[in-house]
Amino acid sequence: MDLTLSPPYQALQAEIRAFVAKYGHLSPKVGGGRKRPDQKTLDWQKRLLEHGYVGRTIPVEYGGAGREPDVMEAAVIAGEFGRAQVYAGLTNQGISMLVPTLLEVGTDEQKRAYVGPTIRGDIIWCQGYSEPGNGSDLANAQTKAELRDGFWIVNGQKIWTSSAHYADMMFLLCRTEPQASKHEGLSYLLLSMKSEGLDARSLKTMTGRSEFNEVFFTDVKVPETQIVLGRGKGWYVANVTLKHERLMLGDAGKMTARLEQLIKLLSTHEIDGVKLIHMPEYRDRLLRLQGEVMAWKAHNLRLLTEAAAGQESGVKRMIIKYGGTMLGFRLSSLAVDALGSAGLPYESLGEDAEDDDATTWNIDYMYDVGLMIGGGSSNIQKNIIGERGLDLPREPKAAGRA
Amino acid sequence: MEFALTLEQRQFDDSLRSFLTDRLPMDRLRHLSETANGFDDDLWNGSVELGLPSLLVPERFGGAGLGVLDAAVAAEALGYAAAPLPFTGAMAMAPLAFVHCGTQAQQDEWLPRIAAGEVRIAVAFGGLAGQTGASAVTFSGGSVSGRIDGVMDASGATHYLVFGRDGTAAVVDAADVGATLRRSIDRTRPLIDAVFDNAPAEHLDAANDKLAAARSVLDAGRVVLAADTLGAAQTMLDRAVAFARERTQFNRVIGSFQGVKYPLADCVTALEPCRGMVWYAAYAQDALPDEARLTACHAKAHVADVARDVARMTTETHGGMGFTDLLGLHYWFKRIGFNRQILGNPERCREEAAILQGWLTHA
Repeated sequence: MDLTLSPPYQALQAEIRAFVAKYGHLSPKVGGGRKRPDQKTLDWQKRLLEHGYVGRTIPVEYGGAGREPDVMEAAVIAGEFGRAQVYAGLTNQGISMLVPTLLEVGTDEQKRAYVGPTIRGDIIWCQGYSEPGNGSDLANAQTKAELRDGFWIVNGQKIWTSSAHYADMMFLLCRTEPQASKHEGLSYLLLSMKSEGLDARSLKTMTGRSEFNEVFFTDVKVPETQIVLGRGKGWYVANVTLKHERLMLGDAGKMTARLEQLIKLLSTHEIDGVKLIHMPEYRDRLLRLQGEVMAWKAHNLRLLTEAAAGQESGVKRMIIKYGGTMLGFRLSSLAVDALGSAGLPYESLGEDAEDDDATTWNIDYMYDVGLMIGGGSSNIQKNIIGERGLDLPREPKAAGRA
Repeated sequence: MEFALTLEQRQFDDSLRSFLTDRLPMDRLRHLSETANGFDDDLWNGSVELGLPSLLVPERFGGAGLGVLDAAVAAEALGYAAAPLPFTGAMAMAPLAFVHCGTQAQQDEWLPRIAAGEVRIAVAFGGLAGQTGASAVTFSGGSVSGRIDGVMDASGATHYLVFGRDGTAAVVDAADVGATLRRSIDRTRPLIDAVFDNAPAEHLDAANDKLAAARSVLDAGRVVLAADTLGAAQTMLDRAVAFARERTQFNRVIGSFQGVKYPLADCVTALEPCRGMVWYAAYAQDALPDEARLTACHAKAHVADVARDVARMTTETHGGMGFTDLLGLHYWFKRIGFNRQILGNPERCREEAAILQGWLTHA
């Protein structure tokens, strides 16, 4: 056990602190991120790329810094930007999911065409996975693509497509081999959102905003070469993508930041002249959450150490999505309760505007529920934890089904 | 940065666990709980051979010179086995008390004897620890008077180390203590109600800040108990998972029912982060003084709450058999319940955490 950083990481830490001191004033506001990056953000992203603070392990020929993967370096970088409250670079599905997937299984042409522009923020991607009838059962996707005259002709519908309304491209999971089995009939295509016959309609959520879309495909033409890895390999590619998603650590930094905000909230808000933090009922909830966040941070340190040593963390990692989203919701719940009736007036001003604190907390509070559902719902997570983590038997297949 | 146990710590853990598996099968545990007074010579002697009492004794006094983290690793293994050993008191808090509060001469005299297992010192807090029941002592000259109820790890004690509310510390010979043994909910670990009537006492007054020194002994004890609770909860979870893989009802293994699977998934989701929390809090006692108190209070409180849920849900997994004496699951259920109330329960520990952070108006 040793929580001190070894010299190379201390040097990196000092380097970032110097960078932040010199350029920090140019950073876009931290948070948000559910909209297309503006010029200020793109300029900042370019600066981060030049210094290797984003795209660090991406090969130079594809626009990155070409460094060896080092989870501890990644943690130092994330930690320093978080501490300084400086924007740590774009995070979107293109950068965190598609890019690592292409680097692993894409062709050289695909890597050259897409990796650089994606990490620069010039190409925004959306993910065409879920369908109205196939959410948790992703491999059952029914949107189909037929090869005709050098083009895939795509027909069907996707749903829950974040950022489709401003995305340039989509990575799409669709059925190209109707004769093959469920898992072997899928392919992974890359297509332009400006394709003819593609219709993205925004889907208003409970927050009052349109964070998602439905995307309809009517004879959408996609060049034959826009397939990743090959026909019938879509499920494999999708799992490569999911593996990279899982490699991202549970966001202990977000929990810590929320807890700090909560402490401030309870220390400043009052009822009848008494600060909430001086009321036992509020204070007890805060203390319980402080303990939970402490456990969560320590758990993440453990995962970080195991990842750095190249170890599989098994069930310790499987609990992250379920446990993390639940803890996030308990934190935002206390914030909403601290705001109380004064926090009820709600005007979501839209994606491009700055909301007031109360509206922001209420959006987070609702969005947290969305996070529990998206990316493999809590119930799916509990199946994974139980079956893969604890080695409990699977639910028997219902009679008459494959 | 390396947030993990070292190879040496894992090897030590392995040898302790195999010792406990060997010496403490269920029938032995059952026997001890029914017949003994919470202290067993065989188990004690074995633990001395393994070096448990010497863990926290500095090397110059014949100890291993290890830290609270090592004690926490040992405590998790002891909790896993529900071992009736006076570890938290005699092997963790007692040596730390001499390290923090004893003069050079007292350390020379006592620490080698602790390391060798020649003395077994019960640590009793007259106030400070936040236990309910009588808990007050006064020191005058070379003696101590008063009463402390619910002293843990005191069966078979040769001495008592008594802390007053202000952090004053003194050693008393067990022969001078009016001790009443009370069987507790945890039949493997009784409590002692200790009465001191002008008992001759040797003061330990070398600490610069005696209250801070007493609290650091208490905090280490809390972290060690949290680790013990973690181990006990892990046993219950492991047994429930094993049972759910085998037991059949409605022609199905019950672990395939989501109604059984999901609570177990909830248990591991809550319990696994407790291990990192215990390690961190233990490491803080050794190396992060600014975080030592807060992490100890929170670890004691949070692990106790998680373990209570785990104890309840895993008992339910076993159905009616879980409620019987036959399976013996209740030893761990009760150990979790015992640890929860000793050295300050979650409510008290969170109250201290609030005071530490200036969140109380009356503090």
